[in-house]
Order: sequence, then structure tokens, then C-alpha cells
Amino acid sequence: MTDEITAKLILEDGTVFEGISFGRETSVAGEVVFNTSMTGYPESLTDPSYAGQILVATYPLIGNYGVPEAVLSDGVPDYFESERIQVTALIVSDYSAEYSHWSAKLSLGDWLEENHIPGLYGIDTRELTKIIREKGAMMGKIVFGNHDPGFHDPNLDNLVAGVSTDKVITYGNGSTRILLVDCGVKYNIIRHFLKRDTTVIRVPWDYDYSSEKYDGLFISNGPGDPKMCEATINHLTESLKQDIPIFGICLGNQLLALASGADTYKLKYGHRSHNQPVLQCGTNKAFVTSQNHGFAIDTNSLGSDWEPFFINLNDGTNEGIRHKSRPVFSVQFHPEASSGPTDSEYLFDEFLKMVRGED
Amino acid sequence: MKKVLVIGSGALKIGEAGEFDYSGSQALKALREEGIYTILINPNIATVQTSEGVADKIYFLPVTPFFIEKVIEKDKPEGILLSFGGQTALNCGIALFKSGVLDKYNVKVLGTPVQSIIDTEDREIFADNLRKINIKTPRSIAVISIDDALKASETLGFPIIVRAAFTLGGQGSGFCYNRDELLKLAANAFSYSSQILVEESLKGWKEVEYEVVRDCYDNCITVCNMENFDPLGIHTGESIVVAPSQTLTNREYHKLRSLSIEIVRNVGIIGECNVQYALDPDSEDYRVIEVNARLSRSSALASKATGYPLAFVAAKLALGYGLHELKNSVTKTTTAFFEPALDYIVVKIPRWDLNKFIGVSKEIGSSMKSVGEIMAIGRTFEEAIQKGLRMVGQGTHGFVGNSDIEFPDIDQALSAPTDMRIYSIASAFEAGYTVDRIHDLTKIDNWFLVKLKSIFDHMVKLKTFNHVEDIPAGLMRKFKQKGFSDFQVARFVNKTPGNLHSEMLLVREYRKSLGIVPYVKQIDTLAAEYPALTNYLYLTYNGSAHDIAPERDNKSVIVLGSGAYRIGSSVEFDWCSVNALTTARNEGYRGVMINFNPETVSTDYDMCDRLYFDELSFERTMDIIEMEEPKGVVVSTGGQIANNLVMRLHGQNVPILGTAPESIDNAENRHKFSSLLDTLDIDQPRWKELVEIEQIYDFVDEVGFPVLIRPSYVLSGAAMNVVSNRQELDFFLQLAARVSKEFPVVVSEFIQNAKEIEIDAVADRGEIIAYAISEHIEFAGVHSGDATIVFPAQKMYFETARRIKRISRDIARALNISGPFNMQFLARDNDIKVIECNLRASRSFPFVSKVLKINFIELATKIMLGIPVEKPNKSVFEMDYVGIKASQFSFSRLQKADPVLGVEMASTGEVGCIGENYYEALLKAMLSVGYRIPEKNILFSSGDARSKIELLISARMLVKRGYTLFATHGSAKFLEDNGVPVTALYWPDESGTPNTLEYLKSRKIDLVINIPKNLSKTELYNDYEIRRAAVDFNIPLITNARLASAFIYAICKLKPEDIAINSWDEY
Repeated sequence: MTDEITAKLILEDGTVFEGISFGRETSVAGEVVFNTSMTGYPESLTDPSYAGQILVATYPLIGNYGVPEAVLSDGVPDYFESERIQVTALIVSDYSAEYSHWSAKLSLGDWLEENHIPGLYGIDTRELTKIIREKGAMMGKIVFGNHDPGFHDPNLDNLVAGVSTDKVITYGNGSTRILLVDCGVKYNIIRHFLKRDTTVIRVPWDYDYSSEKYDGLFISNGPGDPKMCEATINHLTESLKQDIPIFGICLGNQLLALASGADTYKLKYGHRSHNQPVLQCGTNKAFVTSQNHGFAIDTNSLGSDWEPFFINLNDGTNEGIRHKSRPVFSVQFHPEASSGPTDSEYLFDEFLKMVRGED
Repeated sequence: MKKVLVIGSGALKIGEAGEFDYSGSQALKALREEGIYTILINPNIATVQTSEGVADKIYFLPVTPFFIEKVIEKDKPEGILLSFGGQTALNCGIALFKSGVLDKYNVKVLGTPVQSIIDTEDREIFADNLRKINIKTPRSIAVISIDDALKASETLGFPIIVRAAFTLGGQGSGFCYNRDELLKLAANAFSYSSQILVEESLKGWKEVEYEVVRDCYDNCITVCNMENFDPLGIHTGESIVVAPSQTLTNREYHKLRSLSIEIVRNVGIIGECNVQYALDPDSEDYRVIEVNARLSRSSALASKATGYPLAFVAAKLALGYGLHELKNSVTKTTTAFFEPALDYIVVKIPRWDLNKFIGVSKEIGSSMKSVGEIMAIGRTFEEAIQKGLRMVGQGTHGFVGNSDIEFPDIDQALSAPTDMRIYSIASAFEAGYTVDRIHDLTKIDNWFLVKLKSIFDHMVKLKTFNHVEDIPAGLMRKFKQKGFSDFQVARFVNKTPGNLHSEMLLVREYRKSLGIVPYVKQIDTLAAEYPALTNYLYLTYNGSAHDIAPERDNKSVIVLGSGAYRIGSSVEFDWCSVNALTTARNEGYRGVMINFNPETVSTDYDMCDRLYFDELSFERTMDIIEMEEPKGVVVSTGGQIANNLVMRLHGQNVPILGTAPESIDNAENRHKFSSLLDTLDIDQPRWKELVEIEQIYDFVDEVGFPVLIRPSYVLSGAAMNVVSNRQELDFFLQLAARVSKEFPVVVSEFIQNAKEIEIDAVADRGEIIAYAISEHIEFAGVHSGDATIVFPAQKMYFETARRIKRISRDIARALNISGPFNMQFLARDNDIKVIECNLRASRSFPFVSKVLKINFIELATKIMLGIPVEKPNKSVFEMDYVGIKASQFSFSRLQKADPVLGVEMASTGEVGCIGENYYEALLKAMLSVGYRIPEKNILFSSGDARSKIELLISARMLVKRGYTLFATHGSAKFLEDNGVPVTALYWPDESGTPNTLEYLKSRKIDLVINIPKNLSKTELYNDYEIRRAAVDFNIPLITNARLASAFIYAICKLKPEDIAINSWDEY
């Protein structure tokens, strides 16, 4: 019951919510998206795919277990998915300033403050979510006092360029060499490769990797509209002409599709949760997956060499594609999880089997 | 698969309650949807699942392998479902599998294979299997002797936990800190099971559970996880539980989640499974502590917490469906293969009734004592927990503001948990304890304690105001968001005890004038991601908009539910509520339910048009009524909670359906009712209201001991007692006055050796439309909820019946009753006295409705809605069968409680069975509540002369049937004097052999008949020891002479083979 600083969340349709600040007191603008997962805010907030977005947590009680310390393993910090908070702002219903967990080092509010990210609580996040669900993707701004930042659509920016690495970084010393095109990669993807006896060569999104030596090619997740990544698409188109094992996740899935000649489109409000059900096409195998995307592949636009790999059991949208004859596949969901369920982790093994010719 | 047998769980007992009515009903619905012919065995006649139209064929028979085999033999089902009737059904299934019965009749077990179940039930095999896949279980040593248990304790080091294999909800389990405690506990555990486990103690670890579902394609989901507020050491059924987990990181959550899936795959579950973990509060270390390969209390809770119908889906999976082939039953468009996303928090709180028992320890621990539970939904923990604590219905107003709860030793109250521990935390804050200190004493996670502290701090803030109108709007909203009721606000501002009804109304008016009202939110399983037409609702102050708009078309009928199951109010009122809803809906009304008990069918959102899973308080009920503007409110099917709201709702001009509120008050108010009886010239036991103590003494001098003392407005006899002398009188007067200050205490003449008779009836504008007269086997003095009830009454004078009818008719007319009512009478010779009148449905409504095959609630609801009904054209004289309702006791769970019957209700459940005659019905009913036909040896220890004489004929019959009788000295002498051969045993406190206790402990006795000498509660040590030993060593015990002789007649007349295997429709 200390003094509370309030701020407004204003949506482009004119709706106004008033909340109480628990992060940096700074006005910002972005696309308002919601995530329905019930755990994993340190992971989600550092997920580069959220770049440019004001994230609404539908789970009302946030901050309970604080934020852990960044401890490096193999050059990658534990618990986090990149080196900083990637969201533009965070909106919650009930914030726990006092946290409780053995691994916690600071409160969520302090962490937002450190990262210059605003956070608001005391907002009816269910009502807010319903508005986004009904009206579709929605721009919004957080306004402190009379500092109005104006609305801004981050999908018009090249967000990938902002979150990708600017230099080539090599991790690990495993026997299989994976070339990872970083469009905003989550660290857990790197962790998963490193766990499986690989060397990961992480390259910038627009890097011409044609002269690099590698056994398998991986296209990472990332934020925004895939069509903004022309350079990546062009490199991929070249790669597809050769017989290279390729694996893509999330944005990587969309980029692979675009490189193959298929099309993508923006979903009404995207999939952001830990409970997205997908079915492997032509089987009875279903998986609960973690997802975070606003764009999807238009299945009907797939070329004759390609087939859908997974579909979403709720809305029938595409959840992955694969080449009919070559070791190339990608998925829209996140088999690396973090945060979220780990059921589809086996896809890393499947890919490495292809790379190593073990099938 | 065309014909499937479903095994129910029988009577409600501690550890196996209403949740299995819910899961069984869901399973039956799932089967019938597929066009499968369903057969159900369940003697629990008060359940919804044993209602017409839920199963195709219903057997009110004991859930034992013997009777299940008989039904299989008769009906030849192709499949059987074992996992919807709790441990009782599962144990029967295992027995039938092992004995080859299922093979013999070619019955296929649907869902999880029996061998998988056996492998999870045997802890050693289970731990071995998990070890093979590198999953950790507590270090544990299985032993089959006490010596081995001692050796195991040396290996593990104290403290250790002892568990009995194959038992319900932790029976025979507990912690031991030393050798002596181990010796005691192990001996007890061996009485339940031939194998016990000695395990490392993980006290203080977090307790977390997952509900996992797997289909035949190996697709798995975890529907919900839950975290116990109380750390390990307190049985999950005794713990406050939250869903989803609150203090687990993503890594912890998903680590345990994926382990759950691994386990379930390893076991080979097809359907539902519950996995419980201990999680180290200081690392990611864990242990798997329990797996239940069946629907459980937790799965019922998870279903209600998420909206995901686990039992329904599990039944479909048992039939071979894949999860991805089923729809999410809330959204109707998305798939059932998903994991619900919650956008609220639920808190489950157990309901104990330990005050009802003499001698029972109030401490809670690793075995279950609670009799029910509630679930509260909110968008902050503070909101949910305060709602929940009010819902429990023990008279508290939330976490704070309970002026009558005091703890002499707060440290003790915090560290040795009892049913009141949560309130000791409030007292600790009051005494200046820090969160850390409370954590040290309780090991409750600081996150929960900080939230509770926030409630406390808000109370402190609230107390700084002296007038409600001084509270600023922002702050008022915050109080409501933290779960404060209008009453709490009134209490802290007014700073006075008492009922504060008008002050509370003032708070209500003030906050409404500020626009501070709760918002209706939907439970939609996907956190608003997809639109859902869900009718599953709760109210919160942590929101700014309604999810749904009320219809306000005068077509809504609100039915007030019955709240937490507790002693005195249980599944029978759920049946009544469900039937009221169904009738209203069939008549074209919108059925709106308010209830908060997750173990019920009434809180299944499929049962009504709108389900408000919320408080049944005046405040919340009014919130809902003001939004819905209903045609009216049904207050007469939810037991006493709903009934108690009548006058306050009436005060707000709420339309009450059925009998007028004034009439209800005239029946509830002892003075008004008494003068009504006087006016009508109807006799009643003499009574007086306590005003001055001296007058009471004078009154007792006039009527003589024993007398009955009780406060007004009671349901299950709370604080009601028979006292036999002045000393007891003084003691209980004091106790009663403490129970209810608002209502005066009443002292009545107690008539001994009188027959107790009940009428359940439905009237329309004062005219009785249908009625059922039943009689108790026991004489008056045994609470009607504990008594064994016969319908139609078999041993009553015609004259008595005629008088009872006339009295009931006069009262119905005088009170102009429209709806259900129940009256109780004492009859000695043909002298009839009225002892109780309730203008609402009673506990026996489902029983008489099903035996008579006339649905009293359907009739009553139609009448309440003003729909004309005809008098059913059916007479009990045409019935060529008898129904008997018997009570289920859970004394084995309540360590040290004296298992004796009195005017205070003690049973936790009941069954109702139908037989061709009195004895057959009785035998079925008694076998259904756990009695067994004794093999050889029977112990008599029969109180006063009258009961000795009563039992003499029975004893002779037993001897003639080849039974061997044993008796304590007095009874032995009496029997010998009367020529009955008997072996005398020494009393427990005597040193001689053969000693009674020794015989009981070595199970040389198959049935104990121990009749207390009088109705007072100061029983002798010896008798207590015998009764308690019988319960502890699982030997059937009868403590009432009339019931004992009826049972003995029945077992002497009938062999199990003589019992007819007839379904309900065959009578």
C-alpha cells in the first residue's frame, strides 16, 4: 500500500485500461499480444520473437518466483532465452512484488526496471485478451503522464535485424557441425544442439553461409513478418537447391516455406501459449506444444515437392512442412520449449539422425 | 462393446466421497452417448448416478467381489469400468481379476489394464519400475513384519513414514520419530494390509500433483497441476491446495510434467492417472510419492478447477477413442487434446468435522480426516482464499475477522498443524510474527504467507476507519479485490462482534453507490484464446467487465446448492439440487445453480444453464440475484445453508419459490413452531428456552433426567446432547451457548425407548400431494442421520400411521406448505410427539423417492413453479418390497474417536438397499456399509439390563446357528444364567487372560456387539477400549441393541446365496 504510479494502456481502437506501474516508467508503443501460459515469464520475456510486442499475460498471478541469476553454461545463460528482455512492455493482472524461490535473485519488477521495460498490473487481462481475440492484431501504447509515444506497428520494421547476432559465434566442440541462421534464436535451441554432441556456428540472419563448412542447416525462430527477411529467404533458396539437411523452427518454418515458393499470412491474433495441440499429419500422434507466432504458412500454397508435416488441432492451421524426398523439415511450434512442454524435443534427434545419416 | 458394467464406490466415507458420484455419472453419460447399455452397482441411493435415466440398470447392492460376480453372472456384460468408483471399485476389480472371474465370464476391463493397476498399487513393484526408468521415489523398504520394520528404520534413520499398501487415502499411515511410535503405527498398519512400507521422511518438501491423461495411441496430456499450500507431511486430502501451482518455475513445472507423462506411459494407463510429487524447496530434486491409476478426489477437483471433464474423457478413451478425436466440451470447437490454460486461481480447502467426535485428535497429518471440501475461484490468491475460508462453513468470515478463534500457544498451533492452522497464521501476524518466523514453524512457502500478510495488512488499514463512508473508493475496491466480504468490512469499521446484518447492508449500499460490484467471468479452459459458450462462471472484483450479460427475462430459476459435504449434509442434497434444476429446465426455465463443492454433480456445468461456482453467502447470492433478476429462488433443496438464507433474502424482497418465508420461519423458530403445535393440539416433548440457569434447573427438576439440550437452527445436531446428570448439564450448557450466541439454547424432555418415525412429504398450497412414512430401527436417541431407516415402515401400528398423517396434514395446512418438508416424531404406544419439522427437502428424500419410485423433488419443484400436479396414484400397500437406509461410519479414519452413536450425528454417508423383505433389505444394507457376515466368533458386551434382554433371543439364535459366543463378565453371566453357552473374557483393564483386547488384536472375533450403558458421553474406559479396538482392527462393530438383534436375525435367516440379485427396475 505504498504510493502507486499509474499509467494507461491505450489500444488503437480507443479502449483505455488503467494500470499500476511495476517496471520502468516510460511510454512505449507496439503490437499488443497475449500469451496464455501459466509459467515461464523469465523465458518468455527474453524470447526474441516477442521483439516489438506489448505482452499480456492471461495468467493473472505473475512474478511469484522472482527472476533467477544469469549463470553461463557453454557460453549461454541458464534460464534466459537471450541476453535481455525482448518484449516492449508487460501487462499483468496481479503482480507479486514479493517473490519466493531458491533460484530467484531479484523481483520481476526490478528486472524490468533494469532492462528499461515498463510493466503494468491491475488490468483486467481477460477483458483485454477478449478484445484482441475479437478484433484481431491490435496496436497499443503505454502512456505515462502526457508522454504519448504514438502508435507503431512493429511488423513494418525489420525486427529480425534488431535481434539477430551481428557476428559469427561458435559454441561447443561436438562432432556434428550445425550452421544456425540466427533470426532471433532462443538459447534453448542452442542448448539442445550442444546436448547432442554438436558444434553450433551461429551466424547473422543475412549472413552468406555458402562458404561455411557444416553438416546440417538450422533456421531459427524470430519476430515479425517473415517477408521482411529477404536475405535469409534468398540464401535458403540456394540451400534448397543442394542436398543439405535443413531444420527450421517457427519463423524458420515460414522462411523455409517462402524459400520453397509457398506463401505466408498474418493470423488474426496468433498462437502464444504452452498448450497448442498439433497432430502429425497422417498419424494419430498428437503433441502439446509451446508456440509464439503471429504469421503462418498457407498450406494450399505448398509446392508439389512439399507436404504438411503437422497441423493445429484447434484451428487447422499449418504447424510444419517437410520435403517429400529430401531431409528437410520445419515446424511452427517450439520443440525446444523453454518455456513450455517438452514433448516434441525428439525432433532435434530426428534432425540429427538425418544429418548423421543414421536412418 | 454393447453392454458395460460400472462399479460405484458405495457409501460416502472419509477418503471416498461425492467425487465418485461425479466421476461415475460422467462415465455413464459418456457410455450412453455411444449407445452402450450401462449397468451400475452402487448401493448409495442418494447419488445422482443411481437415478433414473443415468444408467440403464441399477443395482443397490454391496460393492464387493461376491455381489459383482453375481451381477456379472446374471447380466453378462462385455466390458467393465473399474476406475470410476474409487479405491473400493478398484480393489474389487483386482480381486475379480485375480480370482479369474473376469476371465471366466469373458468380461473385458476397459481402460487401464488390471495388471498395470496392480503394479502401481504394490509400492515395491512400482518403485522398482520407476527405478528402471531413472525416476526417483522415496527411499523405501517394504516389510511384512514388525521386526523388519524396525530393521528398515535403522537403515533409513528417523523420522520415517509408515504406509500400509492397498488402502484408502492413507489409512494406517503416519510419521514416526522414534522406535516406540514405529511399533505402534506398524501394528496398526498391519491391521489394514499384510505389507507396509517404511520410508524416508520428506517433511517440509513441497507437494505437487499432476492429472495425466493417456489414450491408446500413446498421446498424453497433463490436464492440471496442483500445489499444496501445506508442505509434505499433511495428506493431500487434508491440505489446502491451489491450482495451478504458484511457486514452481517453468523448469520445475515441466520437469515434473514430463516425468508424469513418462510414468503414465510406463504404467500403460489408458484414461486418467494422478501423480503426486515431493519437490525440494531448495533445489530441483524431487520424489514421486504416489500414483493413483484411477479417477480420484484430485481428478474431480482438477475437472472443476479447469473445466476439463476428466472422467467423461477417460471413459471415452477406455472405449478406444484418441484424445485428438474428441472435442473440448467447453468450447465445443477445439480439441480435447490440449492442456487447459487457467486465467484464475483456485483454492481447495478441506472441511473437517472433528468437533463432532469425542476423543479424536485435532491434529492433521498423513492420513485423512476431512469429510468434504470446497473450491474457491478468484483472480488473486487473497480473493480465492478468503472466499474459500467462508465457504468451508465453520462460521468464519475469511482469513481475518474471526473474533472467537484464539490460540493459547501460537508456536504450537503453527508447528503442529490442526484443522485450524490457517487461522493461527492470522493470530501470529496479530502477535507480530514475521513471515520468516511463520515459515520456520510451518514450512509453508513464503509466497503464500506474504499473500496472507497482505490480507492482514489490509485489515489493519481498514480498522483505521470508523465510518464506512470514510473509505475512499480506490481503497474500498482494493479491500474487495483482496477478498474482504461486506461483513468483514462492517466488522472492522464497527469494531463490534455480533451479526452486524444492518451494518453489512450499509457497506453493501455504500460500495454499490461507488460502482464497486463484482464481475462475472467464464471458465473457458483456454484463457479467452477461443470464444466459448461456456456457462461455467464465477465472480471476481479483479476485473473491469462482465463476460456475459444477464438475461433478465424472468425465466431464470436460481437453485441454491448445499455447499461442502459435511456430517449432516451430503450427496443427498446434491441429488435434490440436481433434480430441482432438471425439473425447472424441463419446464422451460433457465436453471441457475450456485454451489462451490467440487465433489458434486450439481457443479457439473452440463447439469444447468448457468453455474455460478461461488459463495452461498447472503452477499454473493444477492450479487447474483441482482444481476440475474430471476423468476425466483429455490431454497428448499440445498439443506440448511440455503434454508438459513431465507429470511435475509426475503428482507431484500427476493422472490422465494415455494413455501412462504414467514412459514419457514414459523417452522424454524422453536417458539413460533411450539405455539403453532399448541394451537393445533399436537403434542411435543416438554421444552424450555435457556434464559436463566436457575430456571433450567427448575425445569429439569420438573421433567427429570435425561434431558436433551440444543441450540436452535441446527441440522446435524451440532452441540446437541443428552445429559443424564447435573454435572453434564452444566458442561454442555456452556458448550451450546458458545456454538450460537444469537439463538437461545433449548432444553427438552428426553423420552427413552420411544420409536422414531419420519415423514417426507410434498405439499401444494397446504395440501399434501405425496408422502412417505419411515421408521428407525434404533430407538430415539440415535440421530436420524445415523439411524437405520425402514421404508415403508414395517413395524408400526396402523393407528400411529394414521395419527402421523393427520398431524402432518394439519401442519402442512397451517403453514400453507408448497414444496418439500420433513417431520420427525416420537411414538411410544400410540402416543405421538413432534420433535422436528423442516420446510425443506431432507436427507431421506432421494431414498424414499427411489424406493417409492416417485420423484418427490420433481413434484416439489413443479409445485414451487406453480405448475399443477396430480397426486401420484400409488400406495405403499402395493409395494411388495422394503427399502432400508443404513449409515456409513468412518471411525477407522478418526483415530481415538469413540465409535458410539448418539444424538450428535457421526456418520459420513449412507446406502439404501431394496429387498423382498425386511431382513433381506437389512442384510444388503449392512453388508453395503462394510459389515461382514461373521464366520465364527461373536463378542457380546451389552450395557444395561434392557439391552441384555433384547439380545438374549439373538444370542440363542446365534448359538443354534453354530456361532461361538464370547462376552465380558457381566454379559457372560447373564447369558450363562439364561442357559446360553458363552466364554467369558476379561475386560481390557484387567490383567487376566483370555483378555478381550488380546482376542480383538489377534482377530479371533468376527463381530463385536458393544452396547453403551446410557446415552451420555462419559462412557467407561473399558467399553471405549473394546469399541476402539474393534474399529482399529477392522472388526465389524454394532453399538445399538435394536440394530444388533435385527442384524443377527438377518444373518441367521439368510445366507449370502439367498440374497436376490435384483436391479431397481425389477422391484
